[in-house]
Amino acid sequence: MALPLYATPGQRIWHYLYLTVCALVLFFLVSPLIVVIPLSFNSAPFLHFTPEMLTLDPDGYSTVWYKSLFGMCDAEGASLWTSCTDKWKVGAFNSFMIAVMSTMLATTLGTLAALGLSRDHVPFRRAIMGLMISPLIVPLIITASGMFFFFAKVNLVSTLPGIVLAHTILGLPFVVITVTSTLVGFDNTLMKAAATLGGSPIYNFFKIQIPLVAPGVISGALFAFITSFDEIVIILFIGGPDQHTLPWQMWSGVREEISPTILAAATILVLLSIVLLTTLELLRRRSERLRGISPA
Amino acid sequence: MSTSPAKPGGPVLTADGTPLKTSLERSLKLSKLRALGLILPPLVFLVILFVIPIGSLLTRSIDDGLSNKVLPKTLAAFERWDKTSEPDEAMFEALYLDMTAADRLDLSKLGTRMNYEKSGWRSLLKITARGLNRIDGPPYKPAILQLNKRWGDIKFWQSLGAMKDPVTLGYYLKAVDLKYDGNKNVMRVKKHNRIYQMLWWRTFLVSTIVTIGCLVLAYPVAHLLATLPLRLSNLLMICVLMPFWTSLLVRIVSWMVMLQQNGVVNDSLVSLGMLHDENRLAMMYNFTGTVIVMTQILLPFMILPIYSVMKTIPPSYMKAAQNLGATPSLAFIKVYMPQTVPGVGAGCILVFIVAIGYYITPELVGGKDGRLIGNLIAYHMQNSLNWGLAAAMGTILLVAILTLYWVYDKLVGVDNMKMS
Repeated sequence: MALPLYATPGQRIWHYLYLTVCALVLFFLVSPLIVVIPLSFNSAPFLHFTPEMLTLDPDGYSTVWYKSLFGMCDAEGASLWTSCTDKWKVGAFNSFMIAVMSTMLATTLGTLAALGLSRDHVPFRRAIMGLMISPLIVPLIITASGMFFFFAKVNLVSTLPGIVLAHTILGLPFVVITVTSTLVGFDNTLMKAAATLGGSPIYNFFKIQIPLVAPGVISGALFAFITSFDEIVIILFIGGPDQHTLPWQMWSGVREEISPTILAAATILVLLSIVLLTTLELLRRRSERLRGISPA
Repeated sequence: MSTSPAKPGGPVLTADGTPLKTSLERSLKLSKLRALGLILPPLVFLVILFVIPIGSLLTRSIDDGLSNKVLPKTLAAFERWDKTSEPDEAMFEALYLDMTAADRLDLSKLGTRMNYEKSGWRSLLKITARGLNRIDGPPYKPAILQLNKRWGDIKFWQSLGAMKDPVTLGYYLKAVDLKYDGNKNVMRVKKHNRIYQMLWWRTFLVSTIVTIGCLVLAYPVAHLLATLPLRLSNLLMICVLMPFWTSLLVRIVSWMVMLQQNGVVNDSLVSLGMLHDENRLAMMYNFTGTVIVMTQILLPFMILPIYSVMKTIPPSYMKAAQNLGATPSLAFIKVYMPQTVPGVGAGCILVFIVAIGYYITPELVGGKDGRLIGNLIAYHMQNSLNWGLAAAMGTILLVAILTLYWVYDKLVGVDNMKMS
C-alpha cells in the first residue's frame, strides 16, 4: 500500500487524505471505549475530565467507583455519591449464571444442527439453515414481544428457565454458523481413513471429528455467551425482579443518572471483551493450523 | 462382487445379493434420516420457542374475539339495526342480558378494547356494570339510559360496527394512521392524532442515513484493511472488532459521556476555541444523537462484508488497468469498485435490517424526536398495554425485514454469512 516513487503530487495529497480519513474513522470506532477507562478512575463524581485529571495530578484519580461497584461500603467517599448496594454483584452473578446455562444449551443444540446440516443429502437444507439463522435477523423487540405472549401462556414469564430458553434461541444461530463454517473445511476422508483403520463410528466421531471442529464449537459458544451476557431487551420484556442482570443494572442506572460507577462497570466489560476477542483470534489460528490452512 | 456374480444383463448386485440400486437408495435414505435425526432436536426447540411465539404475535395482531365473547346478543341486535335511528328496546335488552352474564375481568378488558374505537367506552361500561343490579326488570331502555345518558348517543352504538367481526385489521389500520368507521369503511384518523406514519417515515429515514453514513465511513477503511500487509491490518482490525465485541450498553454509556452538554466532545471543542461556552452543541437526546451512535455501533457490520470481498480482488487487476492506460482514479472507479458491489450490497442490507428494528439505542440517546418504531412497540407492550397494536406494528416491521432478508439471501446467500 506504500505510495510508488513516481507518484505525482496530486496522488500524494490524495493518498495522505485517504490515510487521514481512515485514521479518523478508526478513531471514531474506538475513542468512546477508550475515553471511558480514565474517566472511571475520576475522584470526583463527574463524567468529564477535571483539571486535576488533565494535569495528571494523582489526587484527581481514585478507585472509589470500583469500590462502590463491588459493594465495599466502607470505602471512603463512596457512600457520599452513591447509595451503598450490592446490586452490581447480584447483577453480575445473574448475568453469569444465565449466560452459562443458555450457552451450554445453545452449544449442544447448535452443534447438533450444524453436524446434521453439513452432511450430504440433507433435504430442505437451505430452508432449515435460513430458519436456524432467523433469530439473528428478526429484531429483538419482535422476538421479545412474541415470546412474552407465548411465555405468558405457559407461565414462563419472570422465571429463570424462561430467560435461559429465550437466550438459548438467540445464541443458537451463532453456534450453527461457526460450527458449519468449520465443517466446510472438514476433510471427510479423515473419517473414512479412521473407519478403515477399524474405529467405530462413535469412536471416530469423538476422536477425530470433535477435536477438529472444537475451535468452531468454542468460538460459537463464546458468541452465544457474550450475546446472553449483553442481552437487555428480553430481560426487560420477560425478566422479573429475580433476573436483574448486569445490563439491566446499567440500563436502569443510565436512565436514572449516569454515575462514574457505571463507567467502572463499563471499563470492566471493555476489558472482558478484549479478553474474549483475543481468545477467539487464538482459536481461529488454531483451527486454521489444524485444518492445514496456512495463514495467507 | 466375486461372491455374488451378476447374471449377464441382469442388475448389478452387492455382496449380500440385493441389487446395487436398491442398496444405494437404502443407504441414501439412511444417511438422510441420520442427518435429520441430528437436526430434529434443535429444530423442534426453535419451532416451539421461536416460530410459535412469532406466530402468536401474528394471531394477536388480528384477534378481536373478545367483543363477540362478551356481547354476542348485543352484536346480533346491532346487525338487525338500521344504524341511523335510535336503538330500540330489543337492543337494550340484549345489552342488559350480555352485561349481566359477562365476567367482570372480560368486561374491563373489553372496555379498554372498545376505547380504542371511541373514547368514553371504558367509563361507560364501568358505570353501567356498576348500576346493573339496580335494574329490576323490563323495560330496559329507560333504566339503562337513566344509568348514563350517553347510551342515548347514537355514535357509541355506531362504533360497535368496527368490532363486530372476530377478526380485525383494525390494529394494522391504526398502525398506519387509518381506522374503521361504524360501517367498516377505512378512513384516516384526525390530523392531530396521526403519529404512526411519521414514525415509520422517521425509522426509514434514520436507517437510510445510518446505512449511507456507514457505507461512506466503511469503504476507505475496508480498502485500507484489505490492502495493508497482514500484520498491520490485523492490528487495525482490532479497532473494528473491539467495539463489535463490547457490550451494547457500554457503547451507549460511552457515547453519553462523549456527547453530553458537558461531555468530552463539547469540552474539547470549547477548550480548542472552536465553540463558545454558551452555545455548546446539543448532540444527545435528539435525532442527531441517534444517528451518530447508531452509525458507530453498526459500522463493523458494514466494514466486515466489504473487507471480505475486497480481500478477494487481486491487486493485479488495478495494475493491468493502469498498464492499459487508465489513470489510477479511472481504474479504481471502472475496475475496482464494480467488483466490490457484492460486499457493499451485503453490508448495506445488513446494516439497514439491524437499524430498522433498533430499540435500545434510540430509547437511551434518542430523546423525543429520535424515537423509532421499535420504541413505540415497546411502549405499547409495556405502558399502554395495547398489545394488538404492538403486535400489528411488529408484524409490519417483520414483513419488511424478512423481505430484505430474502433479497440478502438471493444476493449473498445466508450460508456465506461469516463471523469475525
